[in-house]
This record gives sequence, C-alpha cells and structure tokens, in this order.
Amino acid sequence: MSKLQEMRSGIEEQYKSKQDRARIVVGMGTCGIAAGAGKVMDAIKAEVEKTGMDVDVDFTSCIGMCFAEPVVEMMSPGKASVVYGGVSPDNVVQLMKSHLVDETPMLDMAQIQILGGAKPYADIPVMEKSGYYGQQVRSVTSRLGRTNPERIEDYIATGGYAGIEKALSMERLAVIDEIKKSGLRGRGGGGFPTGTKWQFVHDAVGDKKFIVCNADEGDPGAFMDRSVLEGDPHAVLEGMMIAAYAIGANEGVIYCRAEYPLAIRRLNMAIKVAEEMGIMGENIMGSGFNFKVRIKAGAGAFVCGEETALLNSIEGQRGMPRVRPPFPAHKGLWQKPTCLNNVETFANVPNIIRNGGDWFASMGTEKSKGSKVFCITGKINNTGLCEVPMGITLRDLVYNIAGGIKDGKKFKAVQSGGPSGGCLPTEKLDLSIDYENLGQAGAIMGSGGLVFMDETSCMLDIAKYFLNFTQMESCGKCTPCREGTKRMLEILERICEGNGVPEDIDNLERLARVIKTSALCALGQTAPNPVLTTLKYFRDEYEAHINEKRCPAGVCPALLTYTILEDKCVGCGVCIKACPVGAISGEKKKAHVIDPKTCVKCGACVAKCKFDAIVKA
Amino acid sequence: MAVCNCAGERVDSPQDLKLMELLDHYRGYDGALIPVLQGAQDIYGYLPEEVLEKVSNELKIPFSEVFGVVTFYAQFHLKPRGRNIIRVCLGTACHVLGNAKIFDRLKAILGVDNGETTEDLRFTLESVACIGACGLAPCIMINDDTHGRLTVDGLEAILEQYQ
Repeated sequence: MSKLQEMRSGIEEQYKSKQDRARIVVGMGTCGIAAGAGKVMDAIKAEVEKTGMDVDVDFTSCIGMCFAEPVVEMMSPGKASVVYGGVSPDNVVQLMKSHLVDETPMLDMAQIQILGGAKPYADIPVMEKSGYYGQQVRSVTSRLGRTNPERIEDYIATGGYAGIEKALSMERLAVIDEIKKSGLRGRGGGGFPTGTKWQFVHDAVGDKKFIVCNADEGDPGAFMDRSVLEGDPHAVLEGMMIAAYAIGANEGVIYCRAEYPLAIRRLNMAIKVAEEMGIMGENIMGSGFNFKVRIKAGAGAFVCGEETALLNSIEGQRGMPRVRPPFPAHKGLWQKPTCLNNVETFANVPNIIRNGGDWFASMGTEKSKGSKVFCITGKINNTGLCEVPMGITLRDLVYNIAGGIKDGKKFKAVQSGGPSGGCLPTEKLDLSIDYENLGQAGAIMGSGGLVFMDETSCMLDIAKYFLNFTQMESCGKCTPCREGTKRMLEILERICEGNGVPEDIDNLERLARVIKTSALCALGQTAPNPVLTTLKYFRDEYEAHINEKRCPAGVCPALLTYTILEDKCVGCGVCIKACPVGAISGEKKKAHVIDPKTCVKCGACVAKCKFDAIVKA
Repeated sequence: MAVCNCAGERVDSPQDLKLMELLDHYRGYDGALIPVLQGAQDIYGYLPEEVLEKVSNELKIPFSEVFGVVTFYAQFHLKPRGRNIIRVCLGTACHVLGNAKIFDRLKAILGVDNGETTEDLRFTLESVACIGACGLAPCIMINDDTHGRLTVDGLEAILEQYQ
C-alpha cells in the first residue's frame, strides 16, 4: 500500500478535528496581500499572543471576493464560519473580540457565512444563497479561500490525489475516454477538446513525450490561472500527472509568468512535498509510473502564451511562434510529441476522473460543458473571481454576481477575451456564455477575463488600447501582424486626435480582414477583433469621432474642452492649485477661467472641484 | 579564486564566481540559456556585455543568438537598474480606472520616463502589460509587492517605503 493511502485516513481525521476549533483564516493571495492582508495577519498574531486566545490562526488563498479584500474568516467552535471583508489592522482586534469572545458577528463587515452543518447567524447571507455566490459553482475553485495551499494535508483531506490514484488503476485509453466523455475543452482560450488532444499525443509515435502546462497568463484582465496556482497548486500538478499517465509521458514543464512570484513559490513547495511523499517521482504509488515536473519562469513576452512560441521559449530561444503543422502533439518540445494545456484545464482533470466524465458533462451547454472561471473587473461593484456553469447569461453576471455597474451608471459594454476578444454591447446581455455564442458575436471566450465598461468608457479608446498592446507584443516574425497592427493603430490614433477621415473605417476593416486571414499565429489572427467588434456594435461612436470631431464618452483628450461654469464657480481657488500647468486663473470669490491653449486636459481640476463647476465636453 | 573555463582567465570577484557556479549547474542542460540569463541578471542586477560574452562562450551559443534572446524578452536589461523596480500595470482594468494619471505622477515625482532609472539608482520605472491584480485596479508593483487601489495623492507615501 502506498504511503498516500496509509496517510489519507489519518489526515482526514486530523483535518476534521481541526474544523471543531476556533479559527481565524486570512486570505493571502496576491490580491489580498496587495490590499494589506500581511499587516492584518501580523495584527491578529500579536493580539493572540497578547491575550493568549485559544484559536488557530491560518491563511488561505483568494476566495474570489477581490472587492472585499483583505478578507478574513472567523469561526467559533460548532458555529457557522463568517467571512469578513475590508479588514484592516485597525479594526481586526475589535472584530476578533466581537466574533470570538462575545460571539456576536460584526454585521457591517460580514460578507457571507459558510454553514458547514452549523446553524446560520441572523442577517448574514449564506454563501450559497448570496448575491455573489448564489449562481456560482465551486469546482476548480473549490479549495480557493477554503484550504491552506501550502499544506499538502489540506489537499489530500479534501479529495486530493484521489484522481491520480484512480487513474493509475485504469487503462490509459480509459482515462482519455473519461476526459472525452466530460466534454472538457481547453480553458486557455482556444477551446479545443482536451480528450481529443490527449488522444493525438497518445497516438503519436515518439521515444519520449512531454506534458507542458501553459501558465503564461498574459491577457490583461485575466488572473484565474494565477489564483488557481496560488490557491490550489496540487490540483494543477495532479491534473498534469493524470495527463502524463494517459498519454505516456514522464516529464512535465510548467511555463509560468515571472510576474507571478507567489504562484512559482507555492508550486515549488508543492512539487517538493509531493516528491517527498512519493506522490510524484519514481514508481508513483507502486504503479511503475514515473513523473517529474519542473518550472520554467517566463521572461516577459505575451506571445509566449501561444503554444509554439512557448515551446521555443522553453528551449531557450526567442519566443516566436512556429509554423503549424506539425502540431505540438506530433512535434512539440524538442521535436517530441507534447501535450500542452493551460492551468485551468489541468485543474479540472482530477475532479473529472474522481467524479466521472458524466458529472462534468451534466453542467453547461450542448457544446461547452462544465464550469468556467471568469475574472470580472472594471466598472462593476463586485470585482473578483467567479466560477459559473457554462451557459450563464451576461446579464446574470453583470447584475447578480457583479452587483451591477458602479455608481449607478449604465452598462455600456463588456470586453471578453482580452486583446484577442471583442466588446459586446447591451443588446448582447442575454447571450448565454459559451465558446460558440461568444465566437458568433465576434468576441471569444479567451481565458475568461471580462472587463465591464460604463457610459464613460470610449470604445475607440478601448480598441486603441488593445491594438497598442498587441502591436507592442507582436513578436515581429510575420508581416501582417507586425506591420498591420501598427497601421491600424495609426489610423485609430489619428481618429482619436480629431484627424480622422471617412475612408478610415473602410481601411480599418480591410486591414483587419487581411491580418485575420494571413497572420501566422493566434495573436495576430485575433488582434483585429477589438476593432471589428467595436466597429460592429459602436459604429456611431467612430462616426462621431470622424465626422463631428466629438468623443461621446468624453474620454479622448484632443476632442475635449474643459470649461468652468460661471454660475457654479465660487472662486475658491482649489482648481488653480490643482492645475499642473497653470492654465486656470481668476480672483478669489470670482468665477475662474481655463485657458484652452495651456490646458493639457488632465482632468485634475474636475477631480478637485467640490462644486461640480467644471465640465468637459 | 577560480579559473574560467573559456580562456583561462582568472576570476575572482564574488559575482563572477557566482556566475561560474551558475554556468556549471546548467552545463549540458537543455534550454539552459534563459534560466542562465535570469540567474546572471539576479547576480549582476543587469546583463553587462562581458557577462553575455561569457555565457555565450560557456554555453557554446553564438553571441548573436544570446543577444537576440536578451533583446526579445522584456525581463532582460542591458543597462544598470535601480535598487527598487516600479512596474506600472497597463492592464485593461487599470486603464479603465485611470492608471495613466498614476503613471504621469510617478514620472513627475521621479523625474524619469518609462524604462529609465533615477540617477541615485533608487528607482527604475517600468510598465508591465498586466500584473493580474485587476480587482485592485489601478495598481503598481514595487519589487515583489503589489500596491492596489492607488490614488495620485497616495503615491509619495508608498515610494517612501523603498529606499
């Protein structure tokens, strides 16, 4: 019997008995730490030491409520566990006393409660029924914010490594069949059926095969892979092991962005402890199957998220895409058959093997099965990480999970799929989200970043932003992408400067078509999408910029003028001080004026004026 | 003291010794170039020409290829860098929430432009495509610390923490 099987029952018991003790758990993902979770943790530890309070203090990863960070969970023995948001070193001591000593939750800071069989507290939303989590499922994200990612015991006690145990007792092809049955498709953006990909690599002839995990999450607005790596590193490793076993590989590489130091650290810890316990390495669990994995830190190039560019980068070359075919399944890393999947895809695999393909396929739509993790950001009330069944509508996402648009403003558009995706307007709010529907609407699923915009966002500005991004990140290998995106960007810049001509729209469309059909890799082929979708759904904005030299959203500086309303200005002089270029003049207590020639349109005066006396138009 | 394998030169600065160790570790390792360059940059803070020459000689990779790789990736630097690296996130969420003003203010405080280093080598100011902390936009990273929900007025206090 393997060490793992011997340990499992002991670990599970220990884990259960821990649940009966008072506990404080701090969310320590990158975003939590950025919001000050480290200082909160210090304050908690100091208080526990001072008072000798009988409580376990632990940390976990990101539960997904970025809007409420720093997040701290507190539980009295036998009671429901309450997740508090907006915790700071200043209020945490009071919170500890109130919740743990007086057993009175602080309602104004409580976000949700997790019952775990206990009776609910009054007036705190229960997680499964809360606005944010009510429509969510927790599959890939089940351990995020619930377990300590740096303890393998927590992983094993929550069903971890049961998937590889089961897989090792199955035939290789049966494992692949289970994945095929689940309908799992690549979560990195392409949406290629994972089981089919595994079959290709399994069938490919080669003396050695590789598993590669694409953790080069580069889409602006996407951080689900980072959250999964930080919060559940063992799940990714287990998924890779199962894939390796199925296709006949014994070596894996995780290509992780260097910008994710915490993810790399936790992965390294996970690999080390799994090797020590004999879960990874030689003759795993006595099965004769060997698997080792190493981490390759990226060096800062967005294009390396493209699979063949990533392989070149692992090989120590410039990260430029290769011409396909041959596909990596036949000639991948070091020209050997290689199975490449992204973080979220691998993280889904252990659950599928453990619960069966049918379980996974019971969620989602006809062609897009299972759940998908989305990062919802931008001008919404609840920014964060959410996992929803495929097929949920955009409306549900915006108005239920995201809690609506910030400051009561109107929804204008959602950008899906990063620089390769597109902007969808209000008319598409009832679109049910799956690979096909998003594709038909001109956007893509991408990795799952959704950036919401309100009426004050200019669609040309957004299109320009993404083109600027792809143009900077274009590797330069093929001409359509290198030159084409640059020319498109020049046209857009010209329009936003107020120098657009009516032919510009046609030229943009023509260039976009050429790039889409002739660029070498997906980066180039999808680069025009943000322009094409904004042209399709927000053409009037382009026309306003070109024909009327007007930016309807009031964003493009060259098309704006700032003026002070005489009747509202009290002459307080605050704007004069705020102006970095000295463009505002006027006597005290008399209406001030802005000199349009000096004004750099930075908006500093508007931000400082308490009387709403300055308008831009 | 040790002797360099390539031309029999004597190597004695602690940094050069560390580089030698690094090269020895990666000798015969497939795809060594990028990890070696990352390690060398950790040792020297940037990648001086002599170091690139040494890497090229030791790994038996043409200098042109080494140079090609160094200039391809955003992470590698051919010039000395500041003790503290500020990375301003240019991600979508940060863009929508006004990071341009944060960037401008940082440039004004430090007196340097994007990609430049202050004269006292205290700060290097850079931009990064997205640091993946979109929920806290607008945000910047200083060394390995992420700072989020920034306001223009709060920047100086944050910079004070880094000497």
